[in-house]
Amino acid sequence: MFRWLIGTIALSMVATGALAADPVEIHIGYLGHAGVRSTLSLIQQPADNDGIAGARLAIEDNNTTGKFLNQRFVLDDVKVKDGDDVAKVATDLAGRNDYIITDLPAEALLTVADALRDRGTVLLNAGAIDDRLREQDCRANVIHVAPTRSMLADALGQYLVWKQWKRWLLVTGSHDQDKLYADALRRAATRFGAKIVQERTFEDTGGARRTDSGVTLIQRQMPVFTQQAPAYDVLVAADESEVFANYLPYRTWDPRPVAGSAGLVPTSWDAAHDQWGAVQIQNRFVKLNMRRMTALDMQAWTAARMIGEATSRTNSGDPRKVIAFLKGKDFSIAAFKGTRLTLRDWNLQLRQPILLADGRMVVSVSPQEGFLHQVSELDTLGVDRPETKCKLQ
Amino acid sequence: MWRRCLLTGMLVWLAATPASAFVAYVSNEKGNTVTVIDTNSWTVTKTIKVGQRPRGIEFSRDGKFVMVAVGDDDTIQVIDTKTQEIVDTLPSGPDPELFTQDAAGKTMYVANENDNTVTVIDLEKRARLGDIQVGVEPEGMTISPDGKILINTSETTNMAHFIDTTTRQIVANVLVDSRPRFAQFKRDSSELWVSSEIGGTVSIIDPVKREVTGKITFEIPGLRNEAIQPVGIGMTKDGKTAFIALGPANRVAVVDGATHKVLKYLLVGQRVWHMDFTPDEKYLMVTNGVSNDVSVIDVAAQKVIKTIQVGELPWGITIAQP
Repeated sequence: MFRWLIGTIALSMVATGALAADPVEIHIGYLGHAGVRSTLSLIQQPADNDGIAGARLAIEDNNTTGKFLNQRFVLDDVKVKDGDDVAKVATDLAGRNDYIITDLPAEALLTVADALRDRGTVLLNAGAIDDRLREQDCRANVIHVAPTRSMLADALGQYLVWKQWKRWLLVTGSHDQDKLYADALRRAATRFGAKIVQERTFEDTGGARRTDSGVTLIQRQMPVFTQQAPAYDVLVAADESEVFANYLPYRTWDPRPVAGSAGLVPTSWDAAHDQWGAVQIQNRFVKLNMRRMTALDMQAWTAARMIGEATSRTNSGDPRKVIAFLKGKDFSIAAFKGTRLTLRDWNLQLRQPILLADGRMVVSVSPQEGFLHQVSELDTLGVDRPETKCKLQ
Repeated sequence: MWRRCLLTGMLVWLAATPASAFVAYVSNEKGNTVTVIDTNSWTVTKTIKVGQRPRGIEFSRDGKFVMVAVGDDDTIQVIDTKTQEIVDTLPSGPDPELFTQDAAGKTMYVANENDNTVTVIDLEKRARLGDIQVGVEPEGMTISPDGKILINTSETTNMAHFIDTTTRQIVANVLVDSRPRFAQFKRDSSELWVSSEIGGTVSIIDPVKREVTGKITFEIPGLRNEAIQPVGIGMTKDGKTAFIALGPANRVAVVDGATHKVLKYLLVGQRVWHMDFTPDEKYLMVTNGVSNDVSVIDVAAQKVIKTIQVGELPWGITIAQP
């Protein structure tokens, strides 16, 4: 009996010892959507793991740091298909994870946010750029890592104005998100003193993006579509639907540069970005994923790194403490953009510089010199506190 | 007559080699060159072509060589200070950036940004002795005055790693603010200073307790907070005055070594990176990455007295006797 007791004590001591050495596990869910959009340019066609690949790299980075703090990060990714009950999928995922990174369209994101509201699960929106998610439809349990349309449009607008290309010919696609982008571009023009000399709409009449004799036809269509325009400096295209914008460069009737959805494109990341230590992450990403890093990859990396950063700062696996730190005034994150990124406390949007890239090189980074702000120059991009419609709850 | 002649000759000779003549070597990150500057005339005397992306640069302890990390060539090149030509390379790991040596000049420790390691090199045999796994993107490197502890900072892990130089094991990790880039001990070992570029602070660490005991913050009227990005640190031997390069704030902060209070800000060139003192500590030279020049600071007067044009995107600097 006595021996048995000693044995039990010894066993429980071993068990306690093992418990103390066990790392704190932090479970991060990733909720994406199946099916990739079709792009005009074959080289811009997103990979199946677009986004999730960035989160995976961040988990590796978090774990390198975590081994010094006895913390271990685990990623759990799920994709929803059209017709799936997204609220149910998200609830299941929330049962296994402390945080969820999302790459979902606006409507699905709102459904998920509302479904998880009472559980207290916080979402990190890595995919949706809709301003309304940060304005009238903002939610207290959604942190936005992706930039907004208005931030992207303002970043482009500042550069075009700095370049003295102030007369814009605005061409908009016929889909809803194209119109939203056009709204953001109009707002940018007004804010920074550019003039939209004329607007045109490019109707999507259907048709394949891949054909065997496509170039011949496009070469006839695009000059005709852009002729007889009033004098302008730059053609700004709003075509998130990938219907026409990438057909425009070198084919406009007047020899003018193209910007917006083709030509000079505002983006949160580009595979050519190499400033501010970015070469390091580009190399790590290629080594892990055997392809180059996209904007969505970077947004997902940043989201997972934000959780890692807050976990190491708080030295805690308690999501409430981590989220309180993320939302607090001491939070900032380094993301190879030359400045610290912080959250706008009124709508939980991540402040960030925006790159302007042409598909081969990063041409510039906004905010541009001379666009000043009393709090942060990053707040010259997008909807600022005095204009916000967001009431976090 | 003959004697007088000799005396005059000696006087002329003495005047020609004043005591303050040192030689500064500046690595130019984009230019792939090292600029050599004479600190007596403050003029460029030579430009040496080196490998790709030269950054970390330091004299060997015996003063015979200058070693420069050429990151994109994955090696460290050795420049003979007599001929001012490259004579050898050292087997660093991939993408070496900053490095440090022990007091005897026998062992070198290199931060390899690309694979989360610190490489240990035997300088006499010019051979690689081993690697130490550290955090993500290792950068800042320094060694404690007694040689027992090596410090490495990792930019994405945001830590100062304390490494025992005998066992080559990490013995402590101290969390600092975002993107730690440079580390420096006080000569009396009482404090370790670590600059955080994105965090915008310098952490003061107690090397015995191995914890952060204070932080230096910076405020410059009319300048947004995000532009203040501390990088290089220079401290006088007596530990009384420190200089901190503030990157795109285009200023060097002068800090009281004892109270950690910022005394003043000196306006220098654009994106100020690293610095080094002349051995007599009369002057401090700082590299200005975007304006392609080096500012010379009179240490006693705490004033910028000169600007010297160098190569494209100057980054590191090292100064010693000719």
